[in-house]
Amino acid sequence: MFGLVVVPTPTWYLVLSAVLFSIGAVGVLVRRNPLVMFMCIELMLNAVNLTFVTVGRAMSDIDGQAIVFFVMVVAAAEVVVGLGIIVSIMRRRSGVNVDDLSELKG
Amino acid sequence: MMLAANMFVGPEIDWFKISPLLVMLGGVLLLILAGSLTPQWKKGAYGIVGALTACAAAVLTALLWRDLGDGEPISLLANALTFSKFTLFATFTIAIATLLAILLTSGFLVREDEDGPEIFALILCAAIGGMVMVQANDLIVMFLGLETLSLAFYLLTASSRSRSASGEAGLKYFVLGGFASAFFLYGVALVFGATGSTNIDAIAASLSKDIVLGGSSAMLLAGIALLLVGFGFKVSLVPFHTWTADVYQGAPTPITALMGSVGKTAAFVALLRVFSDALSSRSDDWSPVVVVLAILTLVVGSVLAVVQTDVKRMLAYSSISHAGFILVGLVAAGHSASADAGLGTSGTLSYLFIYSILVIGTLGIVTIVAGKGDNETSLDAFKGLGKSNPVLAMGMTVLLLAQAGVPLTSGFVAKFGIIRAAVSTESYVLAVVAMLAAVIAAFVYLRIMVSMWLSEGASSHDVSVAFSTRLAIGLCVGATVALGFLPSLLLQFTNQI
Repeated sequence: MFGLVVVPTPTWYLVLSAVLFSIGAVGVLVRRNPLVMFMCIELMLNAVNLTFVTVGRAMSDIDGQAIVFFVMVVAAAEVVVGLGIIVSIMRRRSGVNVDDLSELKG
Repeated sequence: MMLAANMFVGPEIDWFKISPLLVMLGGVLLLILAGSLTPQWKKGAYGIVGALTACAAAVLTALLWRDLGDGEPISLLANALTFSKFTLFATFTIAIATLLAILLTSGFLVREDEDGPEIFALILCAAIGGMVMVQANDLIVMFLGLETLSLAFYLLTASSRSRSASGEAGLKYFVLGGFASAFFLYGVALVFGATGSTNIDAIAASLSKDIVLGGSSAMLLAGIALLLVGFGFKVSLVPFHTWTADVYQGAPTPITALMGSVGKTAAFVALLRVFSDALSSRSDDWSPVVVVLAILTLVVGSVLAVVQTDVKRMLAYSSISHAGFILVGLVAAGHSASADAGLGTSGTLSYLFIYSILVIGTLGIVTIVAGKGDNETSLDAFKGLGKSNPVLAMGMTVLLLAQAGVPLTSGFVAKFGIIRAAVSTESYVLAVVAMLAAVIAAFVYLRIMVSMWLSEGASSHDVSVAFSTRLAIGLCVGATVALGFLPSLLLQFTNQI
């Protein structure tokens, strides 16, 4: 439209995944709801997936894309375990906020 | 299409060489399937099945060791796993630690009236994850092993239904563990980008080929840093240690023993594989950071252990201090130019083996003292143990002296191996800091001993203890003393690595 053709290079995607990863990491550190914290961890894992795909694509290596499937399965398994733990805590007390979980300290 | 399907040739599989993994997997399936399809078994029967499985895996590993000879490392399953004396010894350590932890857990669950197949299946799953981690020849396989281990640990930590602290510890462990796994995986991705492979041999070959005068690429350095952060969380190095005390305290005590032995061994051996095998040609880049982490871990772990009032938290911080010690061995193993780098590797492996036994024995005694409900773990609960139950107090004393590294116990052999490796690779500062930290940590163990033998206690401690618990603690104390008097029992094997 402006006579300018911008071709995205692999670097763009690497930077994007670094940004997504950082957003996820900061989210885990600042949010106080465990469900949102899990979502942030998922965001971090998917940012890594983007890195794998980019690197695999840049090197014409199918491994990068195959690895993504392994990571997705692991992420799904992690959600199952995490939600299981949250549900078992919810049965004991109403509402989940990680600041209320402060029995263990010293 | 038919033709293409016929032409597909899968990787060659050497079934006997992966038999320890397969036996463990069989045990998990048996417990879960048979356990859920049949009515409740007799008391302790699930534990016996689990213990026999771990025992069979240990025996198979020993047979494989005997058959191996002095050969070069072999790669299995299309280069996914590696097979050498190093990985076999680590697998053996994990199998033995799993066996002892299952014996403890069996007695514990019967006491708490929570006997069932799930806990043992999860313990065996964790052990499979640990074995895959130590045998992995590919960073993605290592990640899968790490997740299998970690997911099982999260559930085991949260498994106690009677204590709310257990659920809290499980959630904390899960959030921080998932966080750390993401860092580890990002590190793998960046190393993959910088070297073009996730295979440990291929990474090492690629890195030794292109020695750049201007230093390593930014992508590789970022990858190494992220891998170190991920591992730092898993083996609880300072400053990534904050979860350790809470999780150790909140988890059911036998599970704490499992985390301190199997979890530590698997994560440290994987750390050793990645840093001293795959990234050894870049040790100038990572060594300084690891040295700083080791010093911080040793000092902070020992000092914070002193101020605790709960024995499980004390042992958690002492495990951090031990982690610093093991890291000293890693630094020595990273001196790939030095002829003595092998001392670091064998020293680290013998430390992990000895420490696994010590931590299981110590926490086994804490399990007994904690009593029904698993709550009495404060230092006060140990008061007067020497009068009410001298045998138990004697066993605890032996194990604590060994943790402090007193001669004629196995702990001395372990610490001596690490210090010798550090000195022979000229890391004198690290060796001195490690010795000082050991002295500070010794104060913690003395504190527990003083309250056992010299303080008057109100509680009676005469609880009936299951045979399996007594067997596990007896084996741990016996091994501690035997290896203290005859270190060659262990060193003849680790010296071959």
